[in-house]
Amino acid sequence: KLTSCNFISNFYSRLMTYIFHMSSIINEKRNLSLGGHVGFDSLPDQLVSKSVTQGFCFNILCVGETGIGKSTLMNTLFNTMFENEEASHYQNGVYLRPRTYDLQESNVHLKLTIVDTVGFGDQINKEDSYKPIVDYIDTQFENYLQEELKIKRSLFNYHDTRIHICLYFIAPTGHSLKSLDLVTMKKLDSKVNIIPIIAKADTISKSELHKFKIKIMSELVSNGVQIYQFPTDDEAVSEINASMNAHLPFAVVGSVEEVKVGNKTVRARQYPWGVVQVENESHCDFVKLREMLIRVNMEDLREQTHARHYELYRRCKLEEMGFKDTDPDSQPFSLQETYEAKRKEFLGDLQRKEEEMRQMFVNKVKETEAELKEKERELHDKFEQLKRMHQEEKRKVEEKRRDLEEEMNAFNRKKVAAETLSLSQPLKKDKDKKK
Amino acid sequence: QMEILKYRRSTCTVEKQYVGFATLPNQVHRKSVKKGFDFTLMVAGESGMGKSTLVNSLFLTDLYKDRKLLNAEERINQTVEIIKHTVDIEEKGVKLKLTIVDTPGFGDAVNNNECWKPITDYIDQQFEQYFRDESGLNRKNIQDNRVHCCLYFIPPFGHGLRPVDVEFMKALHEKVNIIPLIAKADCLTPNEIKKLKDRIREEIDKFGIKVYQFPECDSDEDEEFKQLDKELKECTPFAVIGSNTVVEARGQRVRGRLYPWGIVEVENQSHCDFVKLRNMLIRSHMHDLKDVTCDVHYENYRAQCIQEMTSKLAQDNRMESPIPILPLSTPDVDTEKLIKMKDEELKRMQEMLNKMQQQMHEKDQ
Repeated sequence: KLTSCNFISNFYSRLMTYIFHMSSIINEKRNLSLGGHVGFDSLPDQLVSKSVTQGFCFNILCVGETGIGKSTLMNTLFNTMFENEEASHYQNGVYLRPRTYDLQESNVHLKLTIVDTVGFGDQINKEDSYKPIVDYIDTQFENYLQEELKIKRSLFNYHDTRIHICLYFIAPTGHSLKSLDLVTMKKLDSKVNIIPIIAKADTISKSELHKFKIKIMSELVSNGVQIYQFPTDDEAVSEINASMNAHLPFAVVGSVEEVKVGNKTVRARQYPWGVVQVENESHCDFVKLREMLIRVNMEDLREQTHARHYELYRRCKLEEMGFKDTDPDSQPFSLQETYEAKRKEFLGDLQRKEEEMRQMFVNKVKETEAELKEKERELHDKFEQLKRMHQEEKRKVEEKRRDLEEEMNAFNRKKVAAETLSLSQPLKKDKDKKK
Repeated sequence: QMEILKYRRSTCTVEKQYVGFATLPNQVHRKSVKKGFDFTLMVAGESGMGKSTLVNSLFLTDLYKDRKLLNAEERINQTVEIIKHTVDIEEKGVKLKLTIVDTPGFGDAVNNNECWKPITDYIDQQFEQYFRDESGLNRKNIQDNRVHCCLYFIPPFGHGLRPVDVEFMKALHEKVNIIPLIAKADCLTPNEIKKLKDRIREEIDKFGIKVYQFPECDSDEDEEFKQLDKELKECTPFAVIGSNTVVEARGQRVRGRLYPWGIVEVENQSHCDFVKLRNMLIRSHMHDLKDVTCDVHYENYRAQCIQEMTSKLAQDNRMESPIPILPLSTPDVDTEKLIKMKDEELKRMQEMLNKMQQQMHEKDQ
């Protein structure tokens, strides 16, 4: 008995351990330690090598008044001369001009698209200035969505034209944002990552700049404009990003001309009172902008565009089309059922429209027929009337003819009578003479 | 101005006796000092162009102590206001009553259609007021509030004039002396300034804008003066910088702007045209600006006003006019109508021509 009790208790304890063990497998991940070097630490490298072979693409939208320095800044940022004609101030409206370039640095290929807003800020009435910009951004999203929804799609070599970053150029007035800036940024902040920059910043002194930046940021905040925040969740870059966030908006100066300063030749602007060096951090924030935009956060900008702005667009668009994720009973919809339902609805609509058209056609035919009949009747009446008139005339003419004939006969008789009388008269005379 | 204090002995050959009317300039000088001067200056341009700073720099005073600036949100639908600041300043016994007419809100809203209308209305009102006063019976103390000069601030950030600049100047060029300025010129290198000035002068010509022209200098002035005059004229529009702060530069305390890369001195002629503007506006041409306002702009207004009045009277068939003017021989209503028709036809043809020019210009672009 004792041995059997022992056996049972042993069994029970082993069973319990087993159950606990299994449940821990089901509910938790287990961290295993490796006995040697497996090699999957090369996964990031594989990813990098794949993306390098594929090449990268980056799309920048520059929004700002004509002449504010958009083209010059792009030339300065990418250290190259993109072809550009000077824009005129007399455009009737705003239009967007995208230009794509293939750049290469080391073994990395970049397909860079720069979109310019031509004519922005020049019109006297600027109420509709933001519309072409919003339309362009939406169109790029739409094109991507169409590709995504295709049956046979090739996303891996699709040229992604969605805007990854919008650089908004603020004029250096030293006071505050312009009314147009506020209105435009509010329309764009839910569609694109915005980095506001103060253009031509070499006209603002240090103290004025500090006040200007604070005023701009407070105006953006108080009007609920969401600008791009450099991400602080990744430990490797959180510190630098956090400090850069505090320097927004960046006060930049652009230049492609080189000036000799000391024993170096640097990109700068030469004034009678001094030389403004583009890459001197105590002169302007160009270096900060380049660091943030290109060297640290380019990939994050692409991600945010795809994961946040594009997803928002997609969701709104699909909701508009009538798609939902869950039906009224909170059961997840299958896409197939939704398609079927939509298709039925669409066919039903088509049929209804067809019926309507057919009905309309029948009505029209009836109408036309009735009209034609009416016209026929009128013509017939007219014909009858004319016929009657004709008959009447004919009768009259007949009467006249008879009258005339009678007259003629009467005349003839009279004539004959007269002739016979005249013939008999001379005979009598002759007879008289002979006697 | 020192020259009017000198007088020459008359070289009359008949009598070598000195008559003495050569002292007239001195008498004029004395009386004018006693009477004092007045000048009305209007400043116009978008917010943030440095207008107030420039006015302060010009007159070495602070006219805008407690100014409140609007936010971007408040300016979306802002209308243009007219604000006058009047100060009495004195220098070497000469008194000047200076009125600065500000136009806050110009060009700041999102929709700026006809944003110059309050400004043209204001100028017309001053003309009307003067006209009434001049035609009144008691003309002892007429106040002259007419605008003698308008400084128009063009932003230096663009490639030339913008549509709003063109429209504004065209609406005002026959009512007031316009002096266009390139604002905040410290954001342009010397080459860029030259290019922009050439472009603006070209566009002013092209659009037929009549800005204030310096009077031709007399042919008997000396060469140096003529050279200076020529340089002044070729320098327009003036590229200006203003400052409310005093900085230390080259061992002196001057008005300037302090940058990490250097100091901009407002009164340094190789830095900007501020000195040229000041000399022209205050030291040599202030009176000419007043004269042109009185003799040209005001007279145009007056003639137009009278013509409208008399044509209206002719239509109503009345002969007495409410203001003391010489009775014009009013043409009869028919010829009036004919003239009007021809005028309108001319206008239409002119418009068509302009449109065609515009089309051709767009095609070129």
